[in-house]
Formats: sequence, structure tokens, C-alpha cells
Amino acid sequence: MGKTVIRAKNFSHFFGSVPALKNINLDIFQNEIFGIIGPAGSGKSTFLRALNRLNDLIPNSWPEGILEIGGRDVYAPGTSVVELRRRLGMVFATPVPLPRSIFENIVFGARMAGEKNRGRLTELVADCLKKTALWEEVMDRLETSALKLSGGQQQRLCLARILALRPEFIMLDEPTSGLDPISTMKIEETLRKLQAEYTIILVTNNTKQAARVADRTAFFLNGELIEVDTTERIFSAPSDQRTNDYISGKFG
Amino acid sequence: MTRLERNEKLTRLALLLVAFSAVSILLVITIFIFSEGTPVMFRYGLQKFLFGLDWFPLEKSYGLLPMIIGSLFVTAGALIIGIPFGLACAIVLTEFSSKRLRRLLKPIIELLAGIPSVVYGFMGVVILVPFIRDNLGGPGLSVLAASIILGIMILPTVISISIDSLEAVPRSYREGSIALGATRWQTTRMVMFPAAKSGIIASIILGMGRAIGETMAVIMIAGNAAIIPRSLLDPVRTLTSNIALEMGYAAGEHREALFATGVILFIIIMVLNTIANLTSKRRTP
Repeated sequence: MGKTVIRAKNFSHFFGSVPALKNINLDIFQNEIFGIIGPAGSGKSTFLRALNRLNDLIPNSWPEGILEIGGRDVYAPGTSVVELRRRLGMVFATPVPLPRSIFENIVFGARMAGEKNRGRLTELVADCLKKTALWEEVMDRLETSALKLSGGQQQRLCLARILALRPEFIMLDEPTSGLDPISTMKIEETLRKLQAEYTIILVTNNTKQAARVADRTAFFLNGELIEVDTTERIFSAPSDQRTNDYISGKFG
Repeated sequence: MTRLERNEKLTRLALLLVAFSAVSILLVITIFIFSEGTPVMFRYGLQKFLFGLDWFPLEKSYGLLPMIIGSLFVTAGALIIGIPFGLACAIVLTEFSSKRLRRLLKPIIELLAGIPSVVYGFMGVVILVPFIRDNLGGPGLSVLAASIILGIMILPTVISISIDSLEAVPRSYREGSIALGATRWQTTRMVMFPAAKSGIIASIILGMGRAIGETMAVIMIAGNAAIIPRSLLDPVRTLTSNIALEMGYAAGEHREALFATGVILFIIIMVLNTIANLTSKRRTP
């Protein structure tokens, strides 16, 4: 077990007066793939969006409790949100390539950070595309629009785009929910390879996916953390009845 | 055929008739203007008509160039003032303010479009023209005054259509960009703006159409001298003013020349509208 890099202590998040997350307590360790499962509306995505403070975009929402990354509170005053979001790269459920070329999509973050050197940018693009096994497929058409790629390719492009930020964490919010099995497999393979360099948080509504790739898995329900354990334990001998019901498909 | 079916048919026919009457009115206007206006253009000489500098209808001299240039100057001026203000306003309202504020302000801005143009002209005459005369010199009735008033008049068009097209950009684009560590302004500039480009261009072209077609306000504040203005402070006459000012007493060839002015205006506006339609239909890559 590595050292703790993300820690939530009595963390809640409110939308209006409704708590989307209630008193979450959990630790995430370095270089693990941390799976989060749970039905729709259980607060999985809210947890991810709390980490990179994407929830800030929603008016009338606020956090309570403590959420630490590398020992520093994410919501402490004076935290640079832009820097935070670079440290936690996020991949969304529907692939969201920006309406630009493949090349520009990948260097977007670097450009925003002020990198102008064409050579370094080109290198970055090649490097990131190779890590996501997309290089062979697109190397000869980097200047075409990213919107022309297939769904699976777009999602891997989004992953590559995240890597270009050189983040510490990769967060994926149901990354394969719209993809075919082959594309899903490619993404999962990539994640396993990336694990050596990054800490990965994988939110998924496909429990089997968590079973396949996650080291540890947390089960969220109605904004509460029901239990968190090694994936093996969760899927073989969960300690809570509700977890058992969910993974065996009784609801969800 | 049952009664119901017969009624259905009749309703359809009636609606079709209404729809076609709108189209046919446009058609009739077009035919009328062109049939009244084109003969004199060719009789007088198209080149002399389009590029002649002298407009002395009583001496049978119909050079339209000062008015064409006047219209273009005033319209360009209106765009130079209206576009930056309009786009800035649209960006602030969509990207940097709460939904509640936008819901409150947008209808108010759209209300600006409902103010009669004579009121704008009146404001120009009473406030703007004396201000320019006293502080910048010249007669006050000028290209500058017309540009400013027209710039304000096109604001509602530019703002409201730009807001619509910025709001139509999928939320995921904005989130994706922000999750990549871009600031709000970077996101606006690099993602939102390019994605909403076609709508924004359409808003500008529609604003341009409004500016070039505006008559009343311009007559009141532009000075209406049929000469090419040498500076922003000189008076100017536009194509629309030319028609409105003289139609009351024109007869014979003079009257035809005014219709010809209408033909030119008609062509310019048609071209602008076509461009607007094409750009708003085309999707961004």
C-alpha cells in the first residue's frame, strides 16, 4: 500500500440545501487505480468534480469538511484552481474533443500554460499519443479535426490530452459508458500501463469494469460512502448488504 | 369525402394561401422596384450612375457614388462601435455573470430594438449633435453622429443573437476546457468563441443589415449633404436618406432615379442576408 495522496475527512458537498455528498471519509493511495461504483445520482461524479473544483462552476453549491490532496486542502483560500486542475486531469463520460485539430487538442493545456516552442509541442503530442496507443492510428492526420475521430479514438484523445498536462492524477468519469467493448478494452489496457506513473480514480457504472481494473473500490449510494476495500474483497465478500445487492445486480 | 376531411383540405388551402401571399408581396415589391428603377440606370449609363459624383436631380445629373460611400461609411462606423460593445456585452452576460442577471438583462437589451428609430434620432439631435459641434467642431450633423447612434441601434441585434449562439455551445466544451486548466477568459477566447463563430458572424451581418437600412434616425443626424465626406465630422447622405428625402417631390426621371437608388440598396441588403444565411448554416469544424 502506497502513501495517502488524497484524503477526505467528513467531506460533504451541497447543491442548494441538498447534500450530494454526505460525510465522506476515504483515503486514496499513490499509484493505485481507485474505482468508484454506485448507481446514478450516488455522488460519484460530484466527488470527482469536488477534487478538481469543477463544482465551483455550479452556482449555489458549496463544500463542507476537508478534502486534501498531497496534504493540502483543496478548498483552502488562496489555492490556485487552474494549477489544481492541471494536477488532476479529468476524462468525461462523453468524449469532449474541442472543435479543433487533433494536434491542437493535445497541446491545448500546454498552450494555455504559455508553451510556444513548436518542437517541444510536437514532441509532447507524439509522446502522449503513443502512451494512449493512438499514435499509429492518427500520426498521418494530426491536422484534421478531432471531431472526425471515432468515439473510442476521441476518448483516447481526451486521455492523451490529459497526459499532456503532466498531471499527478487521472480522473475518469464513466469513460467507457458510450464505447464498444473493443474501445473499452483499449482504454482499460492503457489505464493499467499508466498506473506506474499516475494515481488513477475511475468512476464507473459498470461494476465489472471496476472488478477488472481497480485495485481498491468504493461503493457510493445516495451521496454516502457505503464501503471501501480492496476490489477483491468488495466483489467477493462485501461487508455491507447493500454493496452485495448492488454488485449482484439486485438494484442499480 | 367526410365533412372533417373537407375541412382539413380547406384549412390547408387557406394556410397555403396566406403563406404564399407573404412571399408574393416580396416578389411584387422586387419586381416593382426593379422595373421602375433599372431602365433609368441603363438610359443614364450604369457607370455614370454608380460612380458619378454629382447628384443634382433637377439638372438631370444622377451620380450615386456619394450616397453609396455614405452608406458604407456610416454602416462601417456603426459596426466599429457596435461590434466591440455588443460582443463584450454578450461575453460578460454569458460567461461572467449569473443566469439570473442574464435573464433580467437580456429582455431589457432586446427592448432597445423596440424603441422607434425616430426616438434615437431625436436623442441624437438633442444630445449628440450639439456635443460633437461644441467639442469636436464641424456642423455636428455628421458621419460620427450617425455612426454612434446606429452603433447603439444595432446593439440589441448583435448582443441577443451572440448570446444565443454562445449559449448553444455544448456545456461539455466549456467544462472540458476548464478541466484542462484553462481560465474562464482562455476558455471564452479559445473554445467558446470559435464554437459560436457562425452565430456571432450572423449577428454582425444582421446588425449590418439594420444599420444600412436605417433611415429616419440617419436623416435626423447625418446632415444629408450629397457629397463624399472628407472627415468624420462632415455631413453625409446615405442611400436610404436619399430616397426618403426626395421621394415626396420627385417626378419623372428623378423619381426613377430614386427607385434605382432602391435597387442598389436592395442588392446590397440581399447580398448581406445571403451571406448571413450561409454562415449561420455552416457548422464549425
